[in-house]
Amino acid sequence: MSIHKPHELHNRRSGRNIGLGLVLIAFVAIVFGLTVVKVTGGNVSAAISGTTGQ
Amino acid sequence: MSDTSYQTIQTAHDAEFGDYFALLKPRVMTLVVFTAWVGLLAAPVSVHPFVGFVSILFIALGGGASGALNMWYDADIDRVMRRTQKRPIPSGKVTEGEAKALGFALSGISVVMLGLASNWFAAAFLAFTIFFYVVIYTMWLKRWTPQNIVIGGAAGAFPPMIGWAVATGGVSVESVLMFALIFMWTPPHFWALALFMRNDYDNAKVPMLTVTHGRRVTRHHILGYTVVLAVLAIAAGFTSIGGYVYLGVAIVLNAMFLWGAIKIWRRDEEVSETDNFLAERKFFKLSLAYLFLHFGAILAEAFIDRYFGVLA
Repeated sequence: MSIHKPHELHNRRSGRNIGLGLVLIAFVAIVFGLTVVKVTGGNVSAAISGTTGQ
Repeated sequence: MSDTSYQTIQTAHDAEFGDYFALLKPRVMTLVVFTAWVGLLAAPVSVHPFVGFVSILFIALGGGASGALNMWYDADIDRVMRRTQKRPIPSGKVTEGEAKALGFALSGISVVMLGLASNWFAAAFLAFTIFFYVVIYTMWLKRWTPQNIVIGGAAGAFPPMIGWAVATGGVSVESVLMFALIFMWTPPHFWALALFMRNDYDNAKVPMLTVTHGRRVTRHHILGYTVVLAVLAIAAGFTSIGGYVYLGVAIVLNAMFLWGAIKIWRRDEEVSETDNFLAERKFFKLSLAYLFLHFGAILAEAFIDRYFGVLA
């Protein structure tokens, strides 16, 4: 049994909590993606296969 | 938790995620995204698609941040004007402090992220655009001069230049002409709106040209700006962003826009009121298509150059 009784307030705020969570996940994904593109010089597949700079 | 504090939380305002998003003026952001994207793709230097996507995203976020700061500072005006009374602050969903904090935070994030994603010239340009819109336009000139729309238009005209700067790291004749297109388009667009939404600006005591110099002068100004706009729009067709498609679109649209402006110029208040400002409303609607189609044509030229230019 839950010791915390959900209040209507939590329902009202769930939308913006989920929204903020998604924004943060998207931000992390963007920073990760940018890092990959910058580090590999834009040639991601060549970097994965180890042919960068050859 | 006591019953009293529980009650306090329950009655406090609770903004939804969408209310914070509305602070960023999503409709304006759509225009920012579109024009910045066109500026980026029309540039002669190609950018990695992901870098381009992220750059546009943060240009849009910077535009949104300046929108939030504008809503914070202009909350008093927004409460009076019918058109803006449903915005998050006047409707009581978001506090002015929240809008200010969100605006400042997103301004910083967008500028830094654009600098990291593309180059620091583009980032500085974005920072200048936010400063221009919030400080020069919103805080200073909007409440002081009837040329407020002209100056505010400059802030809205920078995104294609920033998009171009993301790709090239600089400024050129083409990017200045894309700026000029939006800059010269903004006054006739808003003055047409002010002609048929007149009570709004009067009540808010914003010194719109219609209020300070009268509606006859506004009609003259609409025509004057439309003539200069037509010259600049067609001139852009002879630079590297133009071509036959752009020129064809520009000639047709500018002829229609000029004709609309002439009709507004020839009408007086009596005639306008009998048909409920039909010509002014039509001109305003046309102005929306005008900008979209011009930038659409620049985009089409960029694709033609990219995919068929090689074959030619």
